[in-house]
This record gives sequence, structure tokens and C-alpha cells, in this order.
Amino acid sequence: MESSSLFLLMLSMAALAFYLGRGRSLAMAKPLGGIRHLHSLPSYYGLNAFLWCALPPLGILVCWLLFNEPLINSLVMSGLPEEIKPSSNADYNLLLNKISNIANGVMSSQGKPASVIAAADHMAGLRVMSRWGLTALCLILAMAGLFWGWRRVAADFRARQAVESVMENLLLGCACLAIFTTIGIVLSVLFESIQFFRSVPFFDFIFGLNWSPQTAIREDQVGSSGSFGAVPLFVGTLLVSAVAMFVAVPIGLMSAIYLAEYSSKSTRTYVKPALEVLAGIPTVVYGFFAALTVAPFLRNLGADFGLSVSSESALAAGVVMGVMIIPFISSLADDVITAVPQAMRDGSLAMGATHSETVRRVVIPAALPGIVGGIMLAISRAIGETMIVVMAAGLAAKLTANPLDSVTTVTVQIVTLLTGDQEFDSPKTLAAFALGLMLFTVTLLLNIFALHIVKKYREQYE
Amino acid sequence: MSKSMDNLHKIKNSLKRRSRAEARFRWYGRVAILIGLAAVLLLFADIIGKGHGAFKATYIKLEVHYDRDLLGVTSLADTAQLMEANWDAVPKAALRERFADVSGRRNKRQLYKLLSNGAGFDLKDHLLANPLLLDQTETLWILADDDIDTYYKSWLDGEPYAARLSNKQVQWIDQLHQQGQIRLQLNTNLLTRGDSREPEQAGIRGAVMGSLLTLLLTLMLSFPIGVAAAIYLEEFATKNRFTDFIEVNINNLAAVPSIIFGLLGLAVFINFFHVPRSVPIVGGLVLTLMTLPTVIITSRAAIKSVPPSIREAALGMGASKYQMVLHHVLPLALPGMLTGAIIGMAQALGETAPLLMIGMVAFIVDIPQGFTDPATVLPVQIFLWADSPERAFIEKTSAAIMVLLSFLLIMNISAVWLRKRLERRW
Repeated sequence: MESSSLFLLMLSMAALAFYLGRGRSLAMAKPLGGIRHLHSLPSYYGLNAFLWCALPPLGILVCWLLFNEPLINSLVMSGLPEEIKPSSNADYNLLLNKISNIANGVMSSQGKPASVIAAADHMAGLRVMSRWGLTALCLILAMAGLFWGWRRVAADFRARQAVESVMENLLLGCACLAIFTTIGIVLSVLFESIQFFRSVPFFDFIFGLNWSPQTAIREDQVGSSGSFGAVPLFVGTLLVSAVAMFVAVPIGLMSAIYLAEYSSKSTRTYVKPALEVLAGIPTVVYGFFAALTVAPFLRNLGADFGLSVSSESALAAGVVMGVMIIPFISSLADDVITAVPQAMRDGSLAMGATHSETVRRVVIPAALPGIVGGIMLAISRAIGETMIVVMAAGLAAKLTANPLDSVTTVTVQIVTLLTGDQEFDSPKTLAAFALGLMLFTVTLLLNIFALHIVKKYREQYE
Repeated sequence: MSKSMDNLHKIKNSLKRRSRAEARFRWYGRVAILIGLAAVLLLFADIIGKGHGAFKATYIKLEVHYDRDLLGVTSLADTAQLMEANWDAVPKAALRERFADVSGRRNKRQLYKLLSNGAGFDLKDHLLANPLLLDQTETLWILADDDIDTYYKSWLDGEPYAARLSNKQVQWIDQLHQQGQIRLQLNTNLLTRGDSREPEQAGIRGAVMGSLLTLLLTLMLSFPIGVAAAIYLEEFATKNRFTDFIEVNINNLAAVPSIIFGLLGLAVFINFFHVPRSVPIVGGLVLTLMTLPTVIITSRAAIKSVPPSIREAALGMGASKYQMVLHHVLPLALPGMLTGAIIGMAQALGETAPLLMIGMVAFIVDIPQGFTDPATVLPVQIFLWADSPERAFIEKTSAAIMVLLSFLLIMNISAVWLRKRLERRW
């Protein structure tokens, strides 16, 4: 049975369980003199039966969906005769694909070796068996659950508590998904990175000055030894982020100060959302804008002044990224500036300071931790920003601090290494995960630190 | 006496200086805001200026004769014949007829380039819809090639761009224009077709459908899970180390670069669980994980805004904690949660980087019909088109951006509207 129809069947059985459980509790209540003699409301008895009927088969179904294919694949591949057992990982995947295509009937079995056909038959047989096994298991579990839920209906059965404890666990599970996601990220990135560091030493990676990940297909090709020194990427990332911060921090901060301290309420209600439009624009749009409008403009401008500006300059990507980050900084700064107690401003003004002196000498120092936290969050965002640099920055790794030159960044390299044809265990693709690990570590540290500062600051004035 | 005058003088001078500094400071603020607003305006003006043209396409008026022999078709019911038929012959013949004085293979080949590569297939669809037209002649407006389209539009704007055309072609277009046989009309391909290598044939329907499917899955997963997590954290969790750990995780995930989620999707969903690449399921799962923190954080804020007196009243009437949450807190917090969900979905709709990692960058012509069909999404389509060398794709890209931005605008406006309409102030 297809998993979707199986799912629907399970659901309808569970609905039946609800109906039966509820009906039984009502029937039980009648001779006792009404439902007030039951421990819980009838619908709780129904819900209890529903949960018993639905949850176990659903769990089985999910596990099956996750583990069925890998399990069958490994069974088939380990059952292959010695002579066609693949030696390398790539051969393994190729053969597996072939067998699975024959088993699916996508590829015709004509002219294939008998052992492959046998494996395909084996696979098809296993698939049918596992599907039937699943259907049978789910049905039996659902029936058993239905019966059990129905049987347990009794006047003194604490159905509400039973249902609520299941619910609480479900809610807890949803909340824990955040933890699982983090663990998943760490494990997936770490696992592949460790594999990468087996072929490329860790210190060569983070201190190496040469980045050319093109590993050749043949031994004698030019540049056959890909070199994975990531320093040029780190420098490029920092350069672009620095340009972005150079644009975003003054503009974002000054507009936040103006909006929080000077502007009339009506200006604020219109200007603030208008600035926040910038935060809602997808990054791919900024990338397009940077690559097709800002970069040519800067190049022509540079040519007018006799400067040679690369058409994929760090400047163009950085400026546009800075524009993207303006609302981020301005809204964070706005929050912390408005959180500074009015009494501090009043004190300064009463001493004869002008408004701007108050802002510069009292409000900003008081809000400084929050502002610094906000800027750090913005830096982490700039470092991790992908689409703008993919579209507007270059691909060639160059070790330079000149913003007019073309540089490449960590995120650009991750994208280039992982899109297009790839085999999964070459150092080239694994390098992307190592870069991802660096990116994740740095942004995580920045975030934790920044969130810590912001939180501490907030507590200070609350 | 003179000393106090001196002081007064000093103070007056410094006052002048200080008030000038004050005015300067204000101007810094104003300039900063103006730069920000100018960036918004510039961005929109640039995109609209580049993209508005794509909603119209150039068409050429020709006398089309659906010749049986030319096509090699005797009956329109025979699908084998339809597959074999030489559909391109019809528009080519029509062009030869229109420009009867053109001779020589090279000239003819240039002549054929006036029309879109897909013109023959468009005529096929037209003929199949009107089978009586076989062996008949009809006057039709036929889609022109993208180079012709680019030239004709730029020529109408007064800055002709003829880099990819020959002098002959330019003359022909001039001739057609003088006789009113070339014109711009609404470009239906843009909104009704899938991707294509030919800019004039390419449309965003496939990408829009892909986005819709992906978003639907994201919404179905991230809204219930996010709300459940928020309810747990706000109403049931006891304050302990574990709860703090969950909160730290959520806050950090909200700030993790989106590309990392792409790596997660690639390593876990595709390499470990062998979910096929490029399908909306993987995209939806990755975007769910990505938007979950946003949904949880906004839902928590919505739950927090429900006053405690409501909870106390419910508990006082003998409701259990779950009844209190389900019957009272949740309905009151729902508008805020929906707003958060819409904001999360808007974020997911504009996201590109993680989807590049999981193979949603493939060139896909067919329009996806279900969650397991290979698909691409609107922002990725924009990325792909922006990378294409054909000049006509710049216009298309901008138009696709306009469509994307209008979707986002609608979502954000509805979020604001929902908040204004349904939110209660306590």
C-alpha cells in the first residue's frame, strides 16, 4: 500500500477509535446517572483511544520512511557475489543506481550481467516485502491500539491526565527540534570536515595562502594537486564584510539616533517601515542589483578617475550588502536607544547640555553594549551572507586588501564547490563542509557573545 | 569686570559652536535616513525600469498557411505523424512569402532568425486547438526572437541596440515597422510557461508553482511545530537548565547563516536519508528548519501578550492547564502567531542559498505538479536567469523580481492588516 494511502487509512481508523471510545464512555455513564460520574469528559476517553490507535503506527511509518531505503540498499549490496563487489565509493553508488533503476523498471534488464539482474530482483523482492510488512504491522498496531483504548474506558480511568501527558511530551518534542537541528548541523558539518581533514591537514587549511580547489581528473593535468589554503577566502570575506559595515554602521546608527531622539512621531511612523522594506527584500534581488547596476556604475566611475575597478569588485558587493544591513542595525540600535531611561537624558539636559551632546555623551555610552551587540550580530550576518557575493563577487581567490579588486568569500566557495557535478567524497566537495564548519563556528561565537551582551544590557535597565 | 565680559564672550562663542554642532548632528541623522530611503527608491526604480518591458513581447504579423504537404501531416488525429511533422516549415514559409525578394541560403537563415525558435510549436498548439485550419491560410501575430525583441524595444526607446543583428535584419524590422506588421503585445509566456533556454519562450510559471509547493510544505510543518514549541516554552516548561538550553538553541538558530541549513539538508536529507534532489519535499524540510526559530519566537511573543488574568480566570473556573491553553490562550494569541507565520513564510519565499545546496538549481522546463516533481523556486529562477548570458534575460530577471517582490508585498501587507484587524489591546 502507498504510504500516503496507508497514512489516510491510519487516520480514519484513529477517527473511528475516537468515536468508539467516546461512545463507550457515554454508554458507561448512562447507568451511572450521567457523564458527571465519569472521571473525565467523554471526549477525553475518545482522544485517549485516538492517540493509542494513531501514534504507534505513525511512529513506525516515519521510521520506515527514513530507514527503509538505506537498509534495503545495504542488504542488497552486501548480498552481491564477490566478483562484482565494487571497490570504490563511486563504483558503489553507480552500481547501486543501476540496480535500483532495473528494479524500478526504469532501465531495461537486457544485456546486463546475471548477477546484477539477480540483485535487482532481490531488491524488488525486498521492497515488496518491506511494504507489505509495513502495512501489516501498521494495521495490527492500529487495531491493537484501538482495542486497548476502547477497553480502557472506565468510569474511574483518568483519561484527561493520560491524554495531557501525551500532549505534553509531543509539545516537548516540538521544542526539542531546535536542539536536534543544532546537533544535526554540528554533526553533518563536523563529520564531513573530519573526512576532509584526513586528506588535507587542518593547519594547511586554515593557514594556507593558496586556494585552488580544482582537483584534476587525470594525474598529469595542470594543477592536479588542488590546494586548500583558506586564508584568501577569510581575507576576502573580511574585506567584503568590512566594506558592508563601513556603509551600514554609520547610516544605520545615525538614522536610529535621529528616529529615536529627534524625529516627530509622524515621521517615525512612516520612515521606520520604509527603511525596514530594505530588510524584507530577498538577497537574490540585492545580488542582481549589485552585479548589474552597482558594479558597472562603480567601474565606470573608477574609469573616470583613472582607477581600475574590477567588474566583480569587493566594493560593489560590500556596499550593497551594507545597504541590506542598514535596517538590521537601525532597528536594533533603535531598541537599545529607546530603552535608555529618560531620567538620564533629563539629567544631562538639566545640566545645560545640548540635545546632541546628551546623545553623544550620555545616551550612546549608556546604550553602547547593546549597540555593540547589534553590530556583532550584523557582522555575523554579513559573513554568512551568500547570494550577494555569489552574484557580485568573484570566484578567483586573491590575497588582497584592495576593495577595488575582485575577491572571493567563504560562502561563494561553498556554493561553487557544491553546485554542479559532484561526487560526494572528493576533497573538493568535502572542502565546502570544512568551510561551512568555519563559518558556523565563527557566526555561532559572534551570536552567542552578542546575544549575551544584549541580554545583559537589557537586564541592566529593566 | 573685564574678566566676566571675557567669560561671557567665551560662553557666547562656545554656544554658537555648540549650536552649530547640534545642527550638524541633526543633519547627519537626516542624511543617513535620506541615504537609506534613496537606496529603497533606487532599488525599486532600477528593477522596475529594467523589468517593465518584459511584460510585453515583440510579435510579427504574418500570413500563415498550414500546408498539408509542407507539414507532412495527413490527419491531425495521428499522434505519430504529429511527432514527425516539420512544424518549423510553416513559419519559415510564411517568412519567405512575406519577404519574397530574399534569396540565398545565408540571407534566408538570417530571415528565419526573426522568429522565435519555438514559433513552429506555438503554431502546432494553435492548429491542434483549431483543426479546421489545416490547409487554410490565416493572418497571425507570431512571437519574434529575443534578439529582435531586444532590438525593437530599445529602438522604440530611441537607443537601438543592434549588436546581435545584421544590417539586413535591421532593415527588415524597419520595413515591418513602417507597414505596422511588428508590434509589442502582452507577453503571456512570462506567466504561463516554464523555464526555457530561449528568453522569449521562458516563463516563471514553473518556478512559481515550485515556490508554492515548497512554501505549502513549509507552512504545514513549521506552523504547527513552531506553535507547539512556543506553547511548551511559554506555558509548560519549568525554568531549568534544559529549558534554557532550548532557548539558547532557538536564539542561535535564528542567527545561523541560511547557507548552513543548506549544508544540513545536503548532508542529512539527501546523503543520509536519500531523499531525491531538487524536489519540493527537501526544499520544504530545509526551509522548515530555517523558519522554525522565527515562528517560535513570534509565537512566544504572541502568547506572552495574552494577559495573565485570562489564564487565572480559566484556571479558577476549574479548567485544566491544557483546557486553559487550548480554549483561551491559543485563540487569543492566534492572530499574532499567524502574523509571525506569514513573516516566516515571506522569509522562506525569498530564500535562495540553502536551496542551491540541495539541487534546486536544475534547469527544469516542466511545471511541477506535486511535492515529488523536480522543481525550482522563484528566487533560484532569478539567480539562474541573472547568470544567463543572453541580454534578453536581464529584462526577464527584473520582471521575475517584480513578481517575487509583489508576492512579498502582499504577504507583508496581509500580515500588517491581520495584526491591525485581529489584535486586541489589553
